[in-house]
Amino acid sequence: MSYFERMDAVHMDILKEIGNIGAGHAATALSKLLNKRIEMTIPDVRIISFDEMMDIVGGADNVVAAVFLRIEGDAPGNMFFVLSIEQAERFVQQMIGDEQFKLEQDCSELSLSALQELGNILAGSYLSSLSDFTNLNLHPSVPALSIDMIGAILSYGLIEMSRVGDHVIVVDTAIHEEHQPDDRVNGHFFLLPDPESFHIIFRALGVEHDE
Amino acid sequence: MMSEIVQVVKVGIADMNVVKAPHVIRTCGLGSCVGVVVYDLVKEVAGMAHVMLPDSSLAKSENMNVAKYADTAIEELIRRVIGAGGRNGHLKAKMAGGAQMFQFRTGTTDMMRIGPRNVEAVRQQLQRFRIPIVAEDVGGSSGRTIEFHPKTGMLLIRTVNQGVREM
Repeated sequence: MSYFERMDAVHMDILKEIGNIGAGHAATALSKLLNKRIEMTIPDVRIISFDEMMDIVGGADNVVAAVFLRIEGDAPGNMFFVLSIEQAERFVQQMIGDEQFKLEQDCSELSLSALQELGNILAGSYLSSLSDFTNLNLHPSVPALSIDMIGAILSYGLIEMSRVGDHVIVVDTAIHEEHQPDDRVNGHFFLLPDPESFHIIFRALGVEHDE
Repeated sequence: MMSEIVQVVKVGIADMNVVKAPHVIRTCGLGSCVGVVVYDLVKEVAGMAHVMLPDSSLAKSENMNVAKYADTAIEELIRRVIGAGGRNGHLKAKMAGGAQMFQFRTGTTDMMRIGPRNVEAVRQQLQRFRIPIVAEDVGGSSGRTIEFHPKTGMLLIRTVNQGVREM
């Protein structure tokens, strides 16, 4: 845990603010795209085990739709935009104007491409606001879409982190559509900087973090 | 005889465990990771590891989790299965996983090919200890949840699109 012991409350607050700014911009982009109000939670920054991370999104074999981007540039890392199947369906329905659309039945080019583009726009606005805030050069890879078990998807983003330890620092922001029954959380942004990127981010914001 | 309640022993990510019949052992959401089972069918004992990385030389930390790396996990798994009653020379293996979940058109680094590398590393380690691989379901681009029954030697593999298969 030595790596994480160097994280103090200030560092956690910075990561929280990053999640706030990034997801805030992404939620605004989503709201414009769908012409709907989107609400988001206060970002949650946690140091958790790999298994605990899967539990945030319903356990390792829960099936979700996820867009994955590799962050390249000054502070490399991984980013996931994870949606429940129902929510992904609703977003695609609204984007392509087909209320009958079901993800399981017709995974047509168009609908998958719509979902991928959605992820691209959201992650892109998350990243560009993060880049503006930190003055770091960050750019996303082409997004990749997968509809599968969350464990299979997220573990991909844990590879770099797993070389350092058995825990991950996750910046998690949840979003949901307004007026959804029982205010269910239906989307998550996960920002997973590579281990080496944390001190770069902190330094860019003028906070010391010993190597 | 009292009927015993069958327990499902779970194996987390970068984790391992050993189980005896009638209990079963399961790991969920394998993507690029490999789930490997080493078992002795006669003694009805089995161990499962959820391997994340091919080689412990990739580790950048001092306190290493042996279950995470193929080279250290297989050795420890065999030790534990034998410790629980398995017999050296009678062990067999089954494995699943090692998918490539995302396809990138550009910039495919070695780390992105982690699935196939994990499969290869597990295969090499099993060969090193002369444990035959009886069945395998590796590669592709789908996540897998696997469950092993030490009593029958059956491995159940569930994927999102293809349902449950036995092998």
